Amino acid sequence: MTPVSPGRPGRSGRLQLPSYQAVAGLHPPLDHPGYESTALRHPREQLVLLPQNLTEITGPLLGDTRVTAGDADLTWANEGWAQGQRIVVHGRVLDSDGRPVPETLVEVWQANAAGKYRHEVDTFPGPLDPHFTGIGRALTDSLGRYSFTTIKPGAYPWVNHFNAWRPAHIHFSVFGRAFTQRLITQMYFPGDPLFFQDPIFNSVPDEAARKRLIARFDYEQTVPDWALAFRWDIVLRGHHATSFEAAHDHPDHDEDL
Amino acid sequence: MAPGGTTRDDAAPVLSVTRTRAQGHRLPLTPAQTAGPYLRLGMSRPGMAEAVPPHAPGAVRIGGVLYDGVGAPIPDGVVEIWQADASGAFHHPDDPRGPVPAPEGFTGFARSLTEDGGHWSVVTVKPAALPAPDGSTEAPHLDVSVFARGMLGRVVTRIYFPEDAGTDGPGGHRCDPVLAHVPAGRRHTLLATAVEGGYRFDVRLQGEGETVFFDV
Repeated sequence: MTPVSPGRPGRSGRLQLPSYQAVAGLHPPLDHPGYESTALRHPREQLVLLPQNLTEITGPLLGDTRVTAGDADLTWANEGWAQGQRIVVHGRVLDSDGRPVPETLVEVWQANAAGKYRHEVDTFPGPLDPHFTGIGRALTDSLGRYSFTTIKPGAYPWVNHFNAWRPAHIHFSVFGRAFTQRLITQMYFPGDPLFFQDPIFNSVPDEAARKRLIARFDYEQTVPDWALAFRWDIVLRGHHATSFEAAHDHPDHDEDL
Repeated sequence: MAPGGTTRDDAAPVLSVTRTRAQGHRLPLTPAQTAGPYLRLGMSRPGMAEAVPPHAPGAVRIGGVLYDGVGAPIPDGVVEIWQADASGAFHHPDDPRGPVPAPEGFTGFARSLTEDGGHWSVVTVKPAALPAPDGSTEAPHLDVSVFARGMLGRVVTRIYFPEDAGTDGPGGHRCDPVLAHVPAGRRHTLLATAVEGGYRFDVRLQGEGETVFFDV
């Protein structure tokens, strides 16, 4: 293999890279006393600024991950239907410039309808469902769309504080197209009465940002005689306006991907 | 929450994107949340700990232990790596140096759960040095993301290789533009140590010998 020589210039004579915007105060602080387990798991030293160089503006695309239609349907397992309220959870993965993130891997995991995870460290005495694993994955399509069919997860108690309950939620892991965009988060359901006492949901400092973790009931996408629907878009970091954008950001950019 | 909760942007996605740009609007970002104690459910896949096939030329094992602030191993975390190949190529459309053929089976990405007493381990190759936009050269490195129960978002660090530490000139640590901004007394936390068959790299989230983490 021919090595790529360090310093090899781009077409314009310089190595020009996109730059991904950050928004101060968006993400929860890693030190959040209300969530006890953060105490020993957050850095105390100051973070060092990492310039967005080649390793940061690229990332695993995983578009060739083998994903079947069945991987996005969590309602049928072990030769039977899962218990609970069947729902479609769908939306788009976009960046903050409005660009879809196509063919990117979306991984989800969740509790069953009773609030029980199929995991040995879950000590909540809720029933396991032999027909529900709570595990799904999908690739977004060319417009960044994803869709899962699943069961509405139940709330469950945990040990953080007295009578602590997690609001119903689905864990989401998305990659985007660059290391800078990697995101793991949780989707919640509208009207959940448990938000007020949940330190994880409330760790997001900005109220408007917190509400963006809540899906929207989507009557239009319900499947008649089959499933209710919720819509949730995931927005990853977009580009700063840079010379890269001036050169490369044109309306059919998405088709070059 | 809009009453009715319906949406029309599926019907005209291209138009909506164009309009967003023309008006200079930005969509507000989605905040992070913890991966929680059950992250294995969603993040476990066969072969995920291999950025190259185990018998690929130059394959090495890189691993270590993820520790918390009192030095206890963290058994409910995950470590992910992303890197260039042995020639310094990324095989990604945003690499402005253009496409080059990828070595067979190379993905550049690997992930390891820390369920085995906090221990993580991946198989990969040592990447080449990389050109930086400012004209300097980044020494061979891996970008690392760590997630765990008790972490409300990821932390990011880098793994550098011990044999490049004493090298003068491009590709050595003395010329690396990222290490240049790391306090000298903490740079060692970014260096793997050579072990039989590969390298060891421990991650200390907090306290004595806390790993350098980056704001990217």
